[in-house]
Amino acid sequence: MIAETIGKILFVLLVVMGAFLPLITWVERKQSALIQDRVGANRADLAGITVLGLLHPLTDVLKLFAKEDFVPEGANRVMHLLAPVISLVPAIVMLAVVPFAGVYDFGGERPFSFVIADVDWGLLFVFAVGSIAAYGTVISGWASNNNWALLGSLRASAQMISYEVTMGLSVVGLFMCFQTLSLQEMSLAQDSTFRLLGFLEHFGVVDTLPAWLGWLQLPTWGIFLQPLGFVMFLTCIMAENKRPPFDLPEAESELVAGYHLEYSGMRWGLFYTAEFLEVPVIGCIVTAAFLGGWSIPFLDTQTLISGIGGTFGTGFATGLALVLQLLAFLAKVIVMIWLQMTIRWSLPRFRYDQVMDLCWKILLPLSLANVFVTGAVILWMKELGA
Amino acid sequence: MSIQLALFYFFAAVAVGSALAMVLNLRNTVASAMSLVITMVSLAAVYVLMDAFLVGALQIMVYGGAIVVLFVFVVMLLNLRQDDFPPPRQRFVKALGTLLVLFALGKLVAAVPGALPEAVARLPEGFGGYRDVGTALFTRFLLPFEATSLLLLAALVGAVVLAKRRLD
Repeated sequence: MIAETIGKILFVLLVVMGAFLPLITWVERKQSALIQDRVGANRADLAGITVLGLLHPLTDVLKLFAKEDFVPEGANRVMHLLAPVISLVPAIVMLAVVPFAGVYDFGGERPFSFVIADVDWGLLFVFAVGSIAAYGTVISGWASNNNWALLGSLRASAQMISYEVTMGLSVVGLFMCFQTLSLQEMSLAQDSTFRLLGFLEHFGVVDTLPAWLGWLQLPTWGIFLQPLGFVMFLTCIMAENKRPPFDLPEAESELVAGYHLEYSGMRWGLFYTAEFLEVPVIGCIVTAAFLGGWSIPFLDTQTLISGIGGTFGTGFATGLALVLQLLAFLAKVIVMIWLQMTIRWSLPRFRYDQVMDLCWKILLPLSLANVFVTGAVILWMKELGA
Repeated sequence: MSIQLALFYFFAAVAVGSALAMVLNLRNTVASAMSLVITMVSLAAVYVLMDAFLVGALQIMVYGGAIVVLFVFVVMLLNLRQDDFPPPRQRFVKALGTLLVLFALGKLVAAVPGALPEAVARLPEGFGGYRDVGTALFTRFLLPFEATSLLLLAALVGAVVLAKRRLD
């Protein structure tokens, strides 16, 4: 039990912190270059070998560690040193409830579930931990004894509190569809398909659908059941991340650099590590909640295991299913990272009142309407006996 | 001592310690507010140890993540120092306040041993989960629940009216 948990923690840290985090700075440089028609980072070399600029993350870290760690005069020293850590830790802790693969029965006492802490209130845990991250930005601005930084952190706290409200409301419809808050249970519920025109049978338009329409199927993914919820959740969680187009707290043209103005060296790097780390973490959460998690579309776990198990034995088939579904999850996360990067490099920064209007005047009423419509549809389908 | 008990004592001690730090720290208001955050988070941990998962999560989300952030927000905007506060109250008021607090504390300490159950009750299945809390809120406690939301709405409207009068 304990060994299993430690193994999972090590795996998750290795994948997210060891692979995604260093690569994502490189991806950011290369994708921005692609979008802006440049070559991108390609100069850092080791004995003449540049490996497509992959050495840049390494040189970045070296540079940051070599720089002076500066605490400005009149700053609150303890809090100034603490703030980057408060920003970074929640992003890592959120990974505890992310299911990287499904539940597999290897014949042990309990089935093996590829999630560090399979808690019943998974998504609530994400929200609770995420809300703590606001303190990192708030405290950093205040402790720096600098008005620009303070303005930046005021913006950050207002933005984060506002979008937390909408973020919670935008997934209520999803909770109602899957009847759960746990990300693992959501992924399990998304591991099947539904007929696109099945509702015609319920309304009595046709008695039974003709067989040739059988291919018109969709996976029961959150994005298909709650398309509006998906768009709103992605918007809110990206606003929480504070990367462009939501980077008002660090708008350099207005606030010099925002809440981390008075930070240098690796302590400044920690803020950026938190921001970059949140990109794959957001990818993981959105994938698990809306993109079917680890499920392979149109191929549910049962069919997969029995299909391979016929020739190779069930034990091997279960292991192979684990690997395949883990790869499917990581592939979806990479797609989400690509989407976030594309949005980040395509859209200009909002104005501050636009950010607040988007949250309180558009997303909040829309999410309430989404809850209402979802509830009405679910009740209606129950009436019809679906 | 089981792990749960050790964790309980740890988080209880942290909660009490940071609550005291919040009250006794007069120099730095933001540090006081941060102590309040630590109190809230350790209280949430205590709730989770008592299997009240939903309350624990809400404690961090609502109190830790939203309300105290707003406190910090206001404190930072005002940026108060010691000399911005009114002069301390009369000695008589101070003595009366101390007496009242001691009286309440005595009552509390006297009540605790009697309130402890003889045997530990077994929790029903699903206790503290969002399903049970939700069902209770929308069936047994529907009226108080709706009354609370009305109260909050009244407070909201009141705040807007007060702020608007000053703006006009």
